[in-house]
Amino acid sequence: MIGIIDYGMGNLLSVKNAVEYLGFEAEIITDSNKLSEYQRLILPGVGAFPECIKNITQKGFVNTLNQEVLEKKKPILGICLGMQVMASIGNEGERVNGLGWFDAEVELMVPNDKKCRIPHVGWSETMCKEHDLFSGIKITPEFYFVHSYHFNCKHEKEVIATFNHGGSFTAAIAKNNIIGYQFHPEKSQEHGLIVLNNFITKSFN
Amino acid sequence: MVKRRLIPKLLLKLVQFGSLKRMVLVTTVHYDKAVNVGDPVSQAKIYEAQSADELIFLDIDSSVENREIVIDIIRKVSEEIFMPITIGGGVKDVDDFRLFLSNGADKVAINTYAVKTPDLITQASKKFGAQCVVVGIDYKKMHGGYKVFIDGGKEETEYDPLIWAKECEKLGAGEILLTNIDNDGVGEGMDVDMISMVTKQINIPVIASGGCGLASHFIQGFNAGADAVSAGTFFCFKDQSPIQTRAHIANAGIPIRLHK
Repeated sequence: MIGIIDYGMGNLLSVKNAVEYLGFEAEIITDSNKLSEYQRLILPGVGAFPECIKNITQKGFVNTLNQEVLEKKKPILGICLGMQVMASIGNEGERVNGLGWFDAEVELMVPNDKKCRIPHVGWSETMCKEHDLFSGIKITPEFYFVHSYHFNCKHEKEVIATFNHGGSFTAAIAKNNIIGYQFHPEKSQEHGLIVLNNFITKSFN
Repeated sequence: MVKRRLIPKLLLKLVQFGSLKRMVLVTTVHYDKAVNVGDPVSQAKIYEAQSADELIFLDIDSSVENREIVIDIIRKVSEEIFMPITIGGGVKDVDDFRLFLSNGADKVAINTYAVKTPDLITQASKKFGAQCVVVGIDYKKMHGGYKVFIDGGKEETEYDPLIWAKECEKLGAGEILLTNIDNDGVGEGMDVDMISMVTKQINIPVIASGGCGLASHFIQGFNAGADAVSAGTFFCFKDQSPIQTRAHIANAGIPIRLHK
């Protein structure tokens, strides 16, 4: 059973529908004490970084998440803002601490090409490194992105995919059981469903 | 660089069949003369199979009392379709945003209430992120210039579309859906001058709409600076699908996804 963490923001229904479409069971989790009942977790996210981390904290998810993810090494997938809050620090509007699972800062994208607009909305070709998460797709699939901030990761080896938008930016991260997609797999048609399926079916420890 | 987008626009209208009320897919000419062309959910599924980049659903009745029926359509669409969905029509406050977003929409389009209560743009942007706030700007040529219209093209406002677009960006909009009502449903080409002016002066993405009757009209729109081109009538009444149109666009050297 896949648990989709609900902290009061975002389009959870699409994520749940996509997991179920792939043939797996999924439930929306609102009670932080129930995280241990699920084999894998998905942390979706739409909105702004400070509001997101505030909600995660207020709903009591921080401690239980740390327990499940850092101690028990349960696989977790952060999507879009759900990936960004895994960074140590966010700079969206104000500077706030994130979950701190990656040595990284979330910063406003500043493309070096004026034709590249912000927010970065649409399908971008993504350069994928060799990783189980990308098995079954070509190395430069197109995924659907929608965001204005990017994940500036201090350790290059944790970045497993990038895209260009007036500069190279992080498209996906992985550190053992902790995975993040900046793009929306649940909105990226066929390729998106493959990489979502890979998260659900591969082992990462 | 991000690819340009091709976005079928699905206009929804409530139709009474005996005692049964149903939302059907329609096309319009100058925002009038709605013609029933089918079922929105099955049509959306076809567009997905044809690799459309996103879908925009607009309830042209802006019917608050029929919101349940619109929500039902979005829920059905999001169960089967894994691509970005924008919904609009009668959205008046942050609660409406939440209602649509929690039922499967990724972005919400606002138009009339963006003009009436511009603070809604800022509030929604703060709450849900700028990326899901699409401001629809409908305009017509008037008095030797251009004027923004609200309420489905029925009410003239004092705004010039270019000035209003800049204002929307400042207030926190994430995208602009720019439609020339004079060109709606006519199929004689896009308003390249306005698309060019607006895209030069704002930095957020612009979805241009109104006037596509040939694949070359999409190319005009992209070359004028549009990040995305949206069309309704074109995909319903021309012998054209997003697959064919996309190939024409790619052949013109415009970066766009190709059907796999």
